[in-house]
Amino acid sequence: MDCHLDVFFLEALINGLLLAGLLALLALGLNLVFGVIDVVWICYAELVMVGMYGIFYAHKAGVPFVLAAVIGIALCAAAGVLLHMLVIRPVLDQAPINQLLVTGGVLIFLQAAATMAFGIEFKNLGIRLGSVGIADMSFSWSRILAFGIALAAMLALWIFLTRTYTGTAIRAIAQDRQIMPLMGADARRIYVVTSAIGAGLAGLAASLMVLQYDIYPQIGLQFGPLIFMICVLGGLGNMIGGFIAAFIISQFIAVGSSCFHTEWGYAVAFLFFMVAVLIRPQGLFGAKS
Amino acid sequence: MKLTSPASIAAFGGLLLVPALIRIVFPDSEKYYLHLLIQILLWSFIYTGWSLMGRFGLTSLGHGAFTGIGAYGCVLFWNFAGLSPWLGIPVSIAVAVAVSLLIGYPCFRLRIAGHYFALLTLALTEFVRLCIVGLRDYTGGSLGTQPKRAADGISFYALQFEPDRWLSYYIALALWVFGLWVWLRVDRSMDRYALDAASQDEDAAASVGVNVTREKLKITALSAGLCALGGAIYGQYQMYIGPDTIAGLGVSLNMVFAVIAGGLWVPLGPTVGAIFTQVLTEGLRVAIQGSATLKATLGSAALALDQLIYGLLLILFIIYMPKGILGTLMERRARKKAGKPAAPGSAEPAPG
Repeated sequence: MDCHLDVFFLEALINGLLLAGLLALLALGLNLVFGVIDVVWICYAELVMVGMYGIFYAHKAGVPFVLAAVIGIALCAAAGVLLHMLVIRPVLDQAPINQLLVTGGVLIFLQAAATMAFGIEFKNLGIRLGSVGIADMSFSWSRILAFGIALAAMLALWIFLTRTYTGTAIRAIAQDRQIMPLMGADARRIYVVTSAIGAGLAGLAASLMVLQYDIYPQIGLQFGPLIFMICVLGGLGNMIGGFIAAFIISQFIAVGSSCFHTEWGYAVAFLFFMVAVLIRPQGLFGAKS
Repeated sequence: MKLTSPASIAAFGGLLLVPALIRIVFPDSEKYYLHLLIQILLWSFIYTGWSLMGRFGLTSLGHGAFTGIGAYGCVLFWNFAGLSPWLGIPVSIAVAVAVSLLIGYPCFRLRIAGHYFALLTLALTEFVRLCIVGLRDYTGGSLGTQPKRAADGISFYALQFEPDRWLSYYIALALWVFGLWVWLRVDRSMDRYALDAASQDEDAAASVGVNVTREKLKITALSAGLCALGGAIYGQYQMYIGPDTIAGLGVSLNMVFAVIAGGLWVPLGPTVGAIFTQVLTEGLRVAIQGSATLKATLGSAALALDQLIYGLLLILFIIYMPKGILGTLMERRARKKAGKPAAPGSAEPAPG
């Protein structure tokens, strides 16, 4: 398909915007964990996959969708706490790259475990929310819902981080890991809470994604690299930066995919990412160190 | 370790005799065992190429891009331009090296390291994989492609040797020895000391006259070139290349993990890693195929069992044995010989 400034192009732009909300939510969880614990969870997208399966099976067992989503979020949060206590905590003193690689082991483990437990078939929740048509353009409700909830969740997290004691302690730890424990903030507890929230956000994203995508064990590989890219582009640990970067990247994907084949949209996004990072290594919105 | 020491020469002599030994011991499944050994040797070579960089704290997740460029470059030149791999491979290696320098130069100038370097090179891998899939008219997209077969599958001009397993074995063995030779050359060079210094403290290294960027670029180019060569030969042996079998994030991660499992700072570490991963996969497959109960209980889930164990072992290795199998064994032996525990931090630079 050729590129024209027509209604299809506008549709692609708006769909890109809607996708950005979801990607921003995903990047937010990863950024929170990185900002506070200083660890990159390479397996973040696999936590989302776990959440999606949790919601799928809960819904299949007769649980209403909203409750199933809550179960999925709780499942992810629990998985995040386990991940931190069993895998991250023993390597906290090791070189940063080992912390990244150990979660790579978790990635392989979770994918294989999902393949063994659930098989490689694509699974679909079977809920159709329909779509809304505006002037020859059509947008699915599931995307609009995902966008709205993602924004609401980000706002809620912001209020939590700025208005509560625990939130303030989390931000303080992120700023200085050495001093804050002396000031009475329990770093071990804060790490666990942060892991739970970060993974819980993955669960929330999972509940929005099961409405749009099929579930299969390798789904994490499809958007995992995108999330890292968004986080690095926005400056690792910089939540506002990640938010803006999500919008930039998703427009590359949406517009690129509508003009060429899907993979060229992604390829251009990755190329843009590499060039951008090589020009501004601290991320587009990071402070100069 | 020295390649020309009597022990090494005896070991190589032994490796030369392995195909004959297999013919005597396993006359019925000679091809299968040779195939297993060839896989191990080819992957060992690629892993060794990666470890050249990895041992200096340059943890690249981008080497799947270089093996992909090597394999696809070689096959595409042959299929569409009729260019013999004898020319196609050097050209592909040159492309891979150029790409590595293009990414490496700004990275090293700007001192992008650690997480950022890993994630940036990860993006390179994804970019190359997406390009391979996107150019589906030439590359066959995600289904992969095959080099055009020369007459009977064995040709010097087309560098095809797959039907003759003995020949394939000796080619793979030669490549592996070459990789080891490069590793040892680097290990004994001045560059190694410069890079060791730079991996611990860039400013201090620069202040004593090490051109850090230049040193890092040299090792990056070498490492990328070896991986491109390994990818190309792997494609010629398999007579099939796919975006997920020789390029992509999976291949990159396998390299990193196999080397860490084997041992990052010892010459045979990557080889031990390759043996470990291949034997784990094949051993489990054979065990499941051979046991009716296992087959019945696991069903199709058996396909992912090796990955499950692999992932679990990697986590355990990084937590409890960051020096890898061979690294830990050699350290133990050295300690026993010395009769006292090694002074902490004296032997090897800290990982990362």
